[in-house]
Amino acid sequence: MKQNTKAAEQYWRRNLQIIFSYLIIWFGVSFGCGIVFVDELNHFNMFGFKLGYWFANQGSILVFCLLTIGYAVRMSRLDSEFDVHE
Amino acid sequence: MSLEQLTYLFVVGSFVIYIAIAFWSRASNTREFYVAGGGVTPLANGMATAADWMSAASFISLAGIVSFAGYDASGYIMGWTGGYVLLALLLAPYLRKFGKFTIPDFVGDRYYSNVARVVAVVCVMFISFTYISGQMRGTGIVFSRFLQVEIDTGIMIGMAVVFVYAVLGGMKGITYTQVAQYCVMIFAFTVPALFLTFSMTGHLLPQTGLGATLDNGLPVLDHLDGLVTELGFASFTEGSKSKIDMFFITAALMFGTAGLPHVIVRFFTVPRVRDARISAAWALVFIAVLYSTIPAVAAFGRINLIETVNGADNMGTPYEEMPQWFKKWENAGLIAWYDHNADGRTQYAAGEAFTGRQHKPIYWGAAEDEVARNFYSNQRHVVNPSSGEFDPKVQPFANEIYVDPDIMVLANPEIAGLPNWVIALIAAGAMAAALSTAAGLLLVIATSVSHDLLKKTIRPQITDRQELLAARMAAMVAVLIAGYLGMHPPDYVAAVVALAFGLACASFFPVIIMGIFYQRMNKYGAISGMLVGLISTICYIVYFKFMGGEPQDWLLGISPEGFGAVGMALNFIVAYLVAHLTPEPPKHIQQIVQNIRVPGNSGSAYY
Repeated sequence: MKQNTKAAEQYWRRNLQIIFSYLIIWFGVSFGCGIVFVDELNHFNMFGFKLGYWFANQGSILVFCLLTIGYAVRMSRLDSEFDVHE
Repeated sequence: MSLEQLTYLFVVGSFVIYIAIAFWSRASNTREFYVAGGGVTPLANGMATAADWMSAASFISLAGIVSFAGYDASGYIMGWTGGYVLLALLLAPYLRKFGKFTIPDFVGDRYYSNVARVVAVVCVMFISFTYISGQMRGTGIVFSRFLQVEIDTGIMIGMAVVFVYAVLGGMKGITYTQVAQYCVMIFAFTVPALFLTFSMTGHLLPQTGLGATLDNGLPVLDHLDGLVTELGFASFTEGSKSKIDMFFITAALMFGTAGLPHVIVRFFTVPRVRDARISAAWALVFIAVLYSTIPAVAAFGRINLIETVNGADNMGTPYEEMPQWFKKWENAGLIAWYDHNADGRTQYAAGEAFTGRQHKPIYWGAAEDEVARNFYSNQRHVVNPSSGEFDPKVQPFANEIYVDPDIMVLANPEIAGLPNWVIALIAAGAMAAALSTAAGLLLVIATSVSHDLLKKTIRPQITDRQELLAARMAAMVAVLIAGYLGMHPPDYVAAVVALAFGLACASFFPVIIMGIFYQRMNKYGAISGMLVGLISTICYIVYFKFMGGEPQDWLLGISPEGFGAVGMALNFIVAYLVAHLTPEPPKHIQQIVQNIRVPGNSGSAYY
């Protein structure tokens, strides 16, 4: 355990960086595009949707799915890199 | 076969499957009863989580709410899916590595305190009982609508089925029944939606059909916006709620979702840490199939309703010419008509057609009663019409129609002209949605009693067999209480559900997050934070929901539904301050925190 402490700290720091960047996107598509800037985005039209409405009702769900899938894949790779996979 | 026979066939057939699955995978020790032996594959757990999460309300009511509230309801859509991002990134992997059975387990061990454990147990019980009474009511309502059975009889049948498979099968049994229930409910929801989309737009997918262009050259949503604003309603795609309120409601639903005990516990059932991440992703994908379909069902349903009731010329439709589904659901009490302008035509516009609490119609006599109907048109008489006044500058006529939001899902197959077996399928799907959620909650309640209270607090010396027996007995008692609550629902069901989400958001979410991500957090900080979050949220919701507080007094314009997010912030702040004024947690606790952050050697952590 002792000699692994440094590696464990580094693993945790990398994990926190990944979580942080993913949560910025999570916040951006839902609270940002779907609520705070929804009126501004509604001026734009995309495939028959007002863009702000689309983010609130469709786009955010799609991005959420991509985020959780991306995180699972990314972390599996990180686990192998640090040899902590089971 | 008649519709009723088909419905019986589907509902009874699905019940037989659920009970057979539970019998085949029944639990033989506490580990199987609590966490299905910890050997569920990520894909199966993802499906089970999706079924666990999507309740009768998601299946039957949400599309209707979106249909009538438009953009204002998108907080539900974002909140109830976005919570899974938080679960996948911040909670599921670490709680799996921790490797115990329940949330109170984590709270009690991480904060080395039985006080914290008991506070957590109380929250779990409150949240779960609130929720389960709604599910039991849901099964009763489905029975009464599709099979013409009394609601209370329906609840008893639902109780009996859940009783058999949850008490017998435990977590192992309900996991595999939930997989079957997910398949039934998603099939039942999407098939009518696909047909509806295709018949209205020619698109195959509801998600793209919602952006399609109609025969009149307008995109679906622009057409709908035009229709509703002409009738005096707010625009469908733009909100009328304040931004800050939307923000906090969405936040409370999102963080509340991530803090719900029956959802979190599902991630204890997979073998490894990476499986917890993968199954969270699967769960969200399976949930997204239903939630991304809802806005399309809602928009198409609203267009259909308006065009059917008001006719092509927007003058109203003579009652005799209304389609069969309108009369069928009028008989079920979900639709009512009062001819305010006495022209014999139905008209739908902004405003309430009926007076009284919640503006629901009060019919004169029963549906079967010939005397209680109009002699010529055969419509049901209603005794509480509103004054029928309206502003001619805003809308062309007074509203004459009452529509229960649930119609948007229940009547969809009939509106789209689909065959009887699809309508029968909706009944089986709604039942699956209600039963799967009820079973998940039941397990959480039973585990809290037998494991957190009995084994961990009151009598640690009991054997595994005794604990398993206690868990089964607790599940039995919980079924009876849940059934009673379903038959005698608290007066304000919706308000109580807001309370459940608020509490999950203000108590569990912060305390678990700090337990994982903040090593310095100690028991004093955690307990004081939990209490401040809980008490502030309870007081705010009780004052504004039950004691007649007025909306103009809302703090910063935040409605009670959104206050859980404020309670959560208070929890974080108080916990941080108190933790810094008190000694740091013992070394072995800090070791646990470091240990749960890194996968590996989690094996089957079994204590």
